[in-house]
Amino acid sequence: MHRFFFREVPEYFLFLLQGAWITLVLSLVSMACGLVLGLAVALGRLSPYRAVRWPLDAYVELWRDTPLIVQLLFIYFTLPEFGLTLPAFWAGVAGLSLNLAAYLSEVFRAAIVAIDPGQRQAALSLGMSRAAIYRRVVLPQMFRATLPTVGGYFIALLKDCSLVSFISVNELLRHANIVIADTFDSMNTYIMVGFIYFVMSFGSARLIGLLERRLTPRHQRRGTAMLSDPKGAAA
Amino acid sequence: MSGAAPQPVLVARGLRKSYGAIEVLAGVDLAVAPGEVACLIGPSGGGKSTLLRCLNFLERPSGGSISVFGEALCQDDGTGVRIAPERTLRRARSRMPMVFQHFNLFNHQTVLQNVMEGPVTVLGLDREAATDRARRLLRDVGMAAREDHYPDQISGGQKQRVAIARALAMAPSVILFDEPTSALDPQLVKGILAVINDLAQQGTTMLIVTHEMKFAREVADRVHFCDGGRIVESGRPDAIFQRPRSARLVDFVRSIHE
Repeated sequence: MHRFFFREVPEYFLFLLQGAWITLVLSLVSMACGLVLGLAVALGRLSPYRAVRWPLDAYVELWRDTPLIVQLLFIYFTLPEFGLTLPAFWAGVAGLSLNLAAYLSEVFRAAIVAIDPGQRQAALSLGMSRAAIYRRVVLPQMFRATLPTVGGYFIALLKDCSLVSFISVNELLRHANIVIADTFDSMNTYIMVGFIYFVMSFGSARLIGLLERRLTPRHQRRGTAMLSDPKGAAA
Repeated sequence: MSGAAPQPVLVARGLRKSYGAIEVLAGVDLAVAPGEVACLIGPSGGGKSTLLRCLNFLERPSGGSISVFGEALCQDDGTGVRIAPERTLRRARSRMPMVFQHFNLFNHQTVLQNVMEGPVTVLGLDREAATDRARRLLRDVGMAAREDHYPDQISGGQKQRVAIARALAMAPSVILFDEPTSALDPQLVKGILAVINDLAQQGTTMLIVTHEMKFAREVADRVHFCDGGRIVESGRPDAIFQRPRSARLVDFVRSIHE
């Protein structure tokens, strides 16, 4: 215990934090790519044209029905045989965001379909273009409705990033394994790693909660309905 | 379009609409003059709402022609309908916004934002001018005190007032009403009809699908009786309700008095 706090923590914690930084950057970049790609796939799958829908349906199925680790290994080790070599970090981004987009596209698609079509008709009848209807009516409601789910996917992504240690990205878990190779102290190292993951995930969850709160009109926030509705409070 | 008669706001000729083998509109002729309040009445399933939705292209007509202020939105040359480019349709729609049975407010926006949306996004008004316009219209429909409320905080009747203000904010040539009171509690119907009546007094051109016969009789300049996908009879309200000529209208008028 003494050795842990007075030798290992000062010596290795900073090194682990450097790995955590890579994990965080990798997650944020993959999230951004996954969001854009996921939205594009969702819109494509709502297209009236089969030629657009069919390949996207196939993509979503293929990516959801194979393990992420296999996808990462395939991108990093197999694609070079076809002439596409990606640096480890970007292979990680590609693998994580393609995987995430497959899931998010389903979340987005369901949220878009759930918006009452009457609102789109009302927007049409005001003379709004289809692009304006998406920008002003559909997407704002979709983002608000999916934020808790998307936030959950981000926290899952932070932890899934540990898988890219298998393709030699120097993120948190890989740094941990380097420390263990040096100290042979796996228990204390993994405790530190677990602590760092927890702080990152918990912090993200709180931030997402704050964002959700900000985007929700006051009267719709959790808890307020009961306070303002005496019948609700009595029940 | 010659002579003393003013150019109609909206003209439909031989308008047809089919869903597969089911023909909902079987050749409708209709013209709405500026300043006119026209009511479409008739039994359910007669094609009234479909007619309204075809006029502003929420549904694509299968045949016939439509023009707004002389500009063709679709034309039928016998081989099929040729529909004007999307841009033309959008401009036409912005001049004939619709008020829906189920209000269809934008749920993520406040009452004020709902009314501002069209002027800002479609007409390109700056926010200040749009806010002024929206506030004035909300006052006219009796909703000034609720401008910061969201649709889920107000009643059906209040939603419909906001929807009417949202349509008025487009400075429209004609407003299309699709059964504006059918989803309201009886005690709220009166308030909405009063708002529409005020608009009629101010000379707003309106085409109203309604089941409120008393209202149609009092407010309409012209009543069109729609049945079996056609306009069977048109005329002044007193003629339609007191001297119906066609057998179907005679039946219909009798049924509403029962």
